[in-house]
Amino acid sequence: MLSTLQNPRLSLLHHHHHRFPLKGHRHLHITPSARASHPLPQPTATQSPPSTSPPPSSTILSIRHSLLSRRQTAVQLAESYLARIQQTEPHIRSFLHISNSVIKEAEELDRKIERNEELGPLAGVFVGVKDNICTANMPSTGGSKVLEGYRPPFDATAVRRVKECGGIIVGKTNLDEFGMGSTTEGSAFQVTANPWDVSRVPGGSSGGSAAAVSAGQCVVSLGSDTGGSVRQPASFCGVVGIKPTYGRVSRYGLMAYASSLDAIGCFGSSVVDTGILLHAISGHDQLDATTSKREVPDFTSQCTSASFFESKPLKGLRVGVIRETLDDGVDGAIKSSIYEAAAHLEELGCNVTEVSLPSFSLGLPAYYILALSESSSNLSRYDGIRYGNQIGADELNSLYGDSRAKGFGSEVKLRILMGTYALSAGYYDAYYKRAQQVRTLIQRSFKDALDKNDILISPAAPSTAYSIGMTYCLLLLVRRKNDPLAMSMSTLLGCLHWCCHVELLKGDPMASPVGLQIIGAAFDEAKLLKVGHIFEQTLQGH
Amino acid sequence: MTSILYRGLQTHPLLLYKSVLFRNNGVMYCTIRSSQTQTATYESNKTQPKISPKTQAKTLDKILKDYEAIIGIETHVQLNTLSKAFCSCPYNYGSQPNTSVCPVCMGLPGALPVLNSKVIEYAVKVGLALNCRIALNSKFDRKQYFYPDLPKGYQISQFDIPIASGGHIDVDLPVEFGGGHRRFGITRVHMEEDAGKLLHLGNGSYSQVDLNRAGVPLLEIVSEPDMRSGIEAAEYGAEIQRLVRYLGVSNGNMQEGSLRCDVNVSVRPIGQEKFGTKVEIKNLNSFSSINRAIDFEITRQAALYNEGKDDEIVQETRLWEEGAQKTVTMRKKEGLSDYRYFPEPDLPEVVLSGEYVDGIHDSLPELPEMKRRRGAEVKLAANWIMGDIAAYLKNEKLSIDEIKLTPEELAELIASIKGGTISGKIGKEILFELIAKGGTVKGLIKAKDLVQIVDPAEIESMVDKVISENPKQLEQYRGGKTRLQGYFAGQVMKESKGKANPGLLNKILLEKLNASS
Repeated sequence: MLSTLQNPRLSLLHHHHHRFPLKGHRHLHITPSARASHPLPQPTATQSPPSTSPPPSSTILSIRHSLLSRRQTAVQLAESYLARIQQTEPHIRSFLHISNSVIKEAEELDRKIERNEELGPLAGVFVGVKDNICTANMPSTGGSKVLEGYRPPFDATAVRRVKECGGIIVGKTNLDEFGMGSTTEGSAFQVTANPWDVSRVPGGSSGGSAAAVSAGQCVVSLGSDTGGSVRQPASFCGVVGIKPTYGRVSRYGLMAYASSLDAIGCFGSSVVDTGILLHAISGHDQLDATTSKREVPDFTSQCTSASFFESKPLKGLRVGVIRETLDDGVDGAIKSSIYEAAAHLEELGCNVTEVSLPSFSLGLPAYYILALSESSSNLSRYDGIRYGNQIGADELNSLYGDSRAKGFGSEVKLRILMGTYALSAGYYDAYYKRAQQVRTLIQRSFKDALDKNDILISPAAPSTAYSIGMTYCLLLLVRRKNDPLAMSMSTLLGCLHWCCHVELLKGDPMASPVGLQIIGAAFDEAKLLKVGHIFEQTLQGH
Repeated sequence: MTSILYRGLQTHPLLLYKSVLFRNNGVMYCTIRSSQTQTATYESNKTQPKISPKTQAKTLDKILKDYEAIIGIETHVQLNTLSKAFCSCPYNYGSQPNTSVCPVCMGLPGALPVLNSKVIEYAVKVGLALNCRIALNSKFDRKQYFYPDLPKGYQISQFDIPIASGGHIDVDLPVEFGGGHRRFGITRVHMEEDAGKLLHLGNGSYSQVDLNRAGVPLLEIVSEPDMRSGIEAAEYGAEIQRLVRYLGVSNGNMQEGSLRCDVNVSVRPIGQEKFGTKVEIKNLNSFSSINRAIDFEITRQAALYNEGKDDEIVQETRLWEEGAQKTVTMRKKEGLSDYRYFPEPDLPEVVLSGEYVDGIHDSLPELPEMKRRRGAEVKLAANWIMGDIAAYLKNEKLSIDEIKLTPEELAELIASIKGGTISGKIGKEILFELIAKGGTVKGLIKAKDLVQIVDPAEIESMVDKVISENPKQLEQYRGGKTRLQGYFAGQVMKESKGKANPGLLNKILLEKLNASS
């Protein structure tokens, strides 16, 4: 069966080699660093076997407990996280900016606790925010030179809601420029390393957010997902990631890449943490006309109440394994991990069958056309006129040309050019319109599969984390061969379907982590989180 | 919503101001030809067009004998909603630059548009008033081009599915221009957002951007190319202005740019089917300048045709220069510009219910044109009746109090004529009865069996009878003496005792007379 999960953060401080030695930790959660000046809350007695004392699965809940029980102050917690960042950041480089008001905000929180005021659900929770999500008092660059030094005059709705719930924003995390990439090497500023193996990439584009949670630099983090940008880095960094249904979380304040696909997602070291963060940021927003007015259920109540110590806690749940995501192009180790996960789900009482999505191979080209077309339009506003870097010129066209030529990186330029081409007169019907039709087809086939199954599973990525520097060759190769499997294909597909996903860590301690992707019907995040939670908790015992 | 947007701004007013106006030491280096900021200096506020100079009219008359002008107009109407189209900023003409802006209308990263539902309501009002079909399912699209006054690099507009299309507007030409009624087709009405303004101050080496106007809702009303002269175009514009003011959707002020007309003019020799090359004219700040600019342009193009230089008429945008009273080249169009339209992904589709549209339809005020037309009818009826009554009083040396006609019955009489129950001729007969003997209109109509005959079959049988009784006249008519139609009509009317509906009578009679023998 699956091996014990490995927490990379402990090892990181001691070992900077490629593989982390197997240690006896049997939980998934944040473990305090021995070197942190103030120890982080101890969520549980780590050595206790789960059968007698189940590990509380949430760092957020244990922080809340330590604050309310006055075991630790928010300032102590803040200092320990900042110390952790100081120690790890030179190796990981997840952050583009670290907030200078963390201690001040922690002090305010401590005063609130002293006055016995009511605390929000994220009180004292240190949150990393991807740098393409706007923050009023910090720079927000989107990982691009064109916005170097830009400070927005407003908070994104998701950030505002995190703050209203008591969360403390630690800093802005690194990303591929404007979210365009899957390694975080496309950042204009720095390359982020994978905490499991600093010679490898953390995935992307939300690589900074995934790495920061993985390395214990923050409790949870916000990322964004257009074509797998939350799920793939979660897989690479061995953390939980969720890409909610399109319309569940407001995009207001998220720098648009492909508006009809963009979604803000969450990272955490446990399913419950991820669910608590998602709950805080979900719901209709007057500032985003594409948000849903559906009620937001309490995602995590189902998790905590679920009794996963029954022999078959998921009895009767219909699980479909997507056949096309386990084809020849997929890494053998990944395939076997997924089959093991399927076997584990069967042990939990699920009926696992194989499903086929015939339109699968159309997903990548359709995704590319839609995403690139929309991005060519969305990035038009970076013209050097109102904000960001302007390259002065005598003539208007040169001002535009120079500002954009010097401001954008090559991947962004490539995508703008391709998108502009696809939307040009005479090509619109052949490309954009056709891609929309394909999207409808794929949505239909997903709906069929989800009518017959409660959830679908697939790998989150066809491989484990690549070495830094390797991926551009890979991407170029993909473009030439048009081979959907070489890309993070399953993440793309789910995206076009607009449903929700949970990414789960399945760590092989002797290698890089492998992610299991769980796909559910639109707005069914609660079910996914429940399944994910039971899967995560029961995995401990094996 | 408002508070969030403002909070962001109020806490950073300097930041925004700086970034817009004084960035990089206060200059935005670019050279841009000014078009939007030119304003006519000696325009009166009158909406009625002035008579164009006599000399120009003369030349025009001469040339127009051989040439026909084809004119279409695109009108941009700024809607006077309380806030902008996609954010909660207000818009007040003449405010200090960049004082009515927010992240949305400045196109800041991450900002998203949210539609102001008043824009839809106003668009439907205007669409219905222009007799258009309203699209129950429409959408917004992005029209993409780069310009410093366009913050997002695209304009939110409507492309292939406008909210309203296929309508018309009725216009009466002023008597001094020959009078007459015209109906001009409306191709489409669509919603979009306005752009900001460039200010060209200082020494000309830089321009400044004012985004107060960016995001203000506009309706673009596109006419069919149905106009043939400057005065027709000017009257069309004036009618649109009256209409939007009546509906209360815009102040229609041309000097402030709340109503802007761009006209397209082409000329072709009469008889030629193919349209000539289309030229666009901008900077028209009054209806009078529309009139004069078009007439100038027609003369210019026709003169080029006359001299065999029609290849010198090129597709271009020309600017009306008020001072010189002429149009000059602003920019030549090199091929069709590609705006790369695609559906706006940030906004849901616009879905209207039939009840919503009906509700707006029922709430529309009476339109200016309808009001005028109805007024004219009533006036007409009143005129002859009052004339006849006055004559009767004079002849009989009576005062108005001494006759037996009551005001109520007079109103009833007019209504009966207008409603078509009786003809005008019979109306006069009844009038004298009412004056002399009193009684009610309804009673008299019934007693005398005066109800107008509107049954085509009944009229047809009378026509047949008259034709068969006059074979000689029929032969003469068919031999070319068509004036005999009047004789036949008189005979049929006599046959009907004056009760046949004259319109129907003439229609049926003509059919019968012209039927092949």
